[in-house]
Amino acid sequence: MSVTDTTTSASAPTEDAEEAARYRRDRRMKVARWMLPSLVLVVTVLAWHLYVTLWEVPHYILPGPVLVAQSLIEDWGLLYPALLITGRLTLLALLFAVIGGVTLAVAFTQSKWAEMSFFPYAVILQVTPVVAIAPLLQIYVENAFVAALLCAWIVAFFPILSNTTIGLKSTDHNLEDLFTIYGATRWQRLRYLAAPSALPYFLGGLKIAGGLALIGAVVAEFVIGRAGTGLGLASTLLEASYRFNFGRLYAALIMISCMGVVIFAVMSLISYLALFRWHESALKRE
Amino acid sequence: MPAARAPLAERETLLQMSHVEKTFRGDIVALKDMNLQVNDGDFISLLGPSGCGKSTALRLISGLMTPTSGNIRWTGGQGNGDLGVVFQEPTLMPWARVVDNVYLPFRLRGTPYSEVKDDVLEALKLVGLEKFQRSFPRELSGGMKMRVAIARAMVTKPRLILMDEPFAALDEITRHKLNNDLLALREAIGCTVIFVTHSVFESVFLSDRIVVMAARPGRVIRELTVDAPYPRDEEFRTSADYAGFCRQASDALHQAIGEAA
Ligand SMILES: Nc1ncnc2c1ncn2[C@@H]1O[C@H](COP(=O)(O)OP(=O)(O)OP(=O)(O)O)[C@@H](O)[C@H]1O
Ligand SMILES: [Mg+2]
Repeated sequence: MSVTDTTTSASAPTEDAEEAARYRRDRRMKVARWMLPSLVLVVTVLAWHLYVTLWEVPHYILPGPVLVAQSLIEDWGLLYPALLITGRLTLLALLFAVIGGVTLAVAFTQSKWAEMSFFPYAVILQVTPVVAIAPLLQIYVENAFVAALLCAWIVAFFPILSNTTIGLKSTDHNLEDLFTIYGATRWQRLRYLAAPSALPYFLGGLKIAGGLALIGAVVAEFVIGRAGTGLGLASTLLEASYRFNFGRLYAALIMISCMGVVIFAVMSLISYLALFRWHESALKRE
Repeated sequence: MPAARAPLAERETLLQMSHVEKTFRGDIVALKDMNLQVNDGDFISLLGPSGCGKSTALRLISGLMTPTSGNIRWTGGQGNGDLGVVFQEPTLMPWARVVDNVYLPFRLRGTPYSEVKDDVLEALKLVGLEKFQRSFPRELSGGMKMRVAIARAMVTKPRLILMDEPFAALDEITRHKLNNDLLALREAIGCTVIFVTHSVFESVFLSDRIVVMAARPGRVIRELTVDAPYPRDEEFRTSADYAGFCRQASDALHQAIGEAA
């Protein structure tokens, strides 16, 4: 009987065939992740351009990509300030949503009475369509920007509130017991146990709230900006549609959608940076 | 190494449970008339079938629950740092590095890290994890996580450490290793341990007293003494003495199960 030697000889490659194949596949996937969407974009824009030129579609029905690009450049002096306003509106709404949502969530978890008293109203505020509230805000709040901000805030704050509340309550029971045994104070419990446990939930809420803040801002601009106060990108878009300036309309639309993408990307990055060391959701499968 | 432990009969009382009962929702008797004297330096195993109130006993001792009747008295009073606990799960904070997890008991007492840095590092060294102090729990194996939990329980040099089936979820080899290490640790810091387990072998290997419990209602039915000297090692695990103690404990356990059935 002989024993087969299973150790590899010194001349064997450090990587076996399977590993090498996996490595190649990973590289291919990495490139494809950027290449494929870019390709789709190019093809779509090209098809759009050909359709508009070959079929001679009038620009007030569908402006071609060239016209949109032209508007983007020529109207930049108009669009850029509008972008700043919408951006400021969205970010401020998000900021206040974070402050309000987290504060309220902490209050709710610290006091059952506070939660029982106010949670139903938070829900009511959330389920009432913001489009229905916006005109009222416009009446009661003189400053159009503040009215729009309130509007966007109402939409953005709920996911932060509800997610953070769930997160603060989702602490490990054994860790709770451990903190009790070591005589932790309320503050220590919040700071060292509840807050870190809630972080992944909060960041999930933040991602949703970022998108909602933009939607809230757009809705607010549609409703409140209509009074001729000329707020941001969405107001510009609406105005352009009245004037049949479809190049500018599409340019504003593209800018809004780019803003949404940037917000989402930034929120995802924040979430990744905060969690990648320890949380399962940020764990890459080996 | 600290001075040799006093013989069983001459140890000072640390804790006394007298006629302790715990009833849940008015009709589930988790623990009935439990009397247990815990002495300084004891290694006590609570051995019994599922549902016999072992965890309940530990929760009562740790003050997480109060007895329905009877009382638990610490001689000399219980201070803030007198207790360390290890649960069946490692129960680490996943967001904190190993060293911060071990520092936790001090942090909750308000002691700055600079003052206890040496204690924390020494505890990590004792469990053999000084190289992993900057790691996150996620990066450790099950056995290593449990070592961190043990380091955390003993970092304050408590008078009593409570362990609730700490090694039940580990594989046999890791478990043996941790049993050996636990005894070595106890020699090093000389604490008293109450250890909950389902395993006859584990209880005999580790303890000098075994309290056998039965379920429905949860109660103590026998107490055995494992009269074998420490330090115990792999040699003890294969000795005739060990086999004899295992048979005794096993018989008592079967009696416990039989009575309950
Ligand atoms: N909080 C509780 N509420 C109601 N019943 C409980 C509670 N905790 C424990 N019990 C009951 O008390 C009895 C003893 O429970 P305990 O957890 O102490 O048993 P155990 O010996 O630790 O069992 P195991 O080996 O399965 O961990 C069980 O019947 C259990 O269902
Ligand atoms: Mg138990």
